Amino acid sequence: MTFLPYVAASYAIGIVVPGGFALAAWRRLLNTTRRLAAIDPRQARRQEAARPEGRP
Amino acid sequence: MPAPGVTVDATASLAPPRRNLHRFANPGRFLRLAGKVQPWLTAGGLIVTAIGIVWGLFFSPADWQQGDAVRIMYVHVPAAWLASAGYASIAACSVASLVWRHPLADLAAQEIGPVGAGFTAVCLATGSLWGKPMWGAWWVWDARLTSVLVLFFLYLGHIALLRAFDNPERGYRAGAILALVGAVDLPIIKFSVDWWHTLHQGNTFTLTGAPHMYISMIWPLLFTTFGFTLGFAAIITARLRAAVMERRIRALLMARVEERAAA
Repeated sequence: MTFLPYVAASYAIGIVVPGGFALAAWRRLLNTTRRLAAIDPRQARRQEAARPEGRP
Repeated sequence: MPAPGVTVDATASLAPPRRNLHRFANPGRFLRLAGKVQPWLTAGGLIVTAIGIVWGLFFSPADWQQGDAVRIMYVHVPAAWLASAGYASIAACSVASLVWRHPLADLAAQEIGPVGAGFTAVCLATGSLWGKPMWGAWWVWDARLTSVLVLFFLYLGHIALLRAFDNPERGYRAGAILALVGAVDLPIIKFSVDWWHTLHQGNTFTLTGAPHMYISMIWPLLFTTFGFTLGFAAIITARLRAAVMERRIRALLMARVEERAAA
């Protein structure tokens, strides 16, 4: 493949930057959901209802 | 003509669109809908992007002049599209905020900003990596490159302005005005290659003419562009859901503090 370093660097940037944003958004969403469930009784009830039976 | 004595609501004709627009202003309703849509956006984005990237890297033909450097296009073009589309979305949210005071519009504009700036940075970096082997320079002050760089600074300015005020409402309002003024850069980016014949190539796709590209290159490009767009939408949805929940957490904590102070 010609110009391999340029092509590889472009794909690395194109995957790492959006991937980083996706990972950060997913972690933020997870943390916020937990924090809200801890202080909001309605949210906790909703999560309790959504959880399959038998699971803690 | 109404019967005598019947009161007519002068704003009645405005009611249906206003109701539609504000339908998702209810945080609970928005969170329920976004929670259902997001897994589909995420899965679709990952699958379609992966197909497009593998297709573009290994199965699409090399260009007869540029060789394999043309494969950079499958990352560069989707990033460029999302850089402009992201800013257009911020401008649309700004209109919704300034005109209709939609409560989610400000939050959406705030959450789109950093992601749009990231995709603009990807566009500039991959363009630079494409320019070096083809033009012999990492950067030239070409009209297209310069207008995209201005877009990147507009994103940074918008992000900074939203955080520059103690009162978030004032930050949102200032950011919305900046976003609307800065939207003038979008047609400049689009038509820069027609108005100024500088180094960047002309438009490959036009509304009236046939594309200046082989179909074997168009398909992987469409896949990566659509996949990146789905991924962008998934990231924004996740960030917006988190922002709505953070707002609720702040409101609950404030209510508790006020309750304690009153007791």
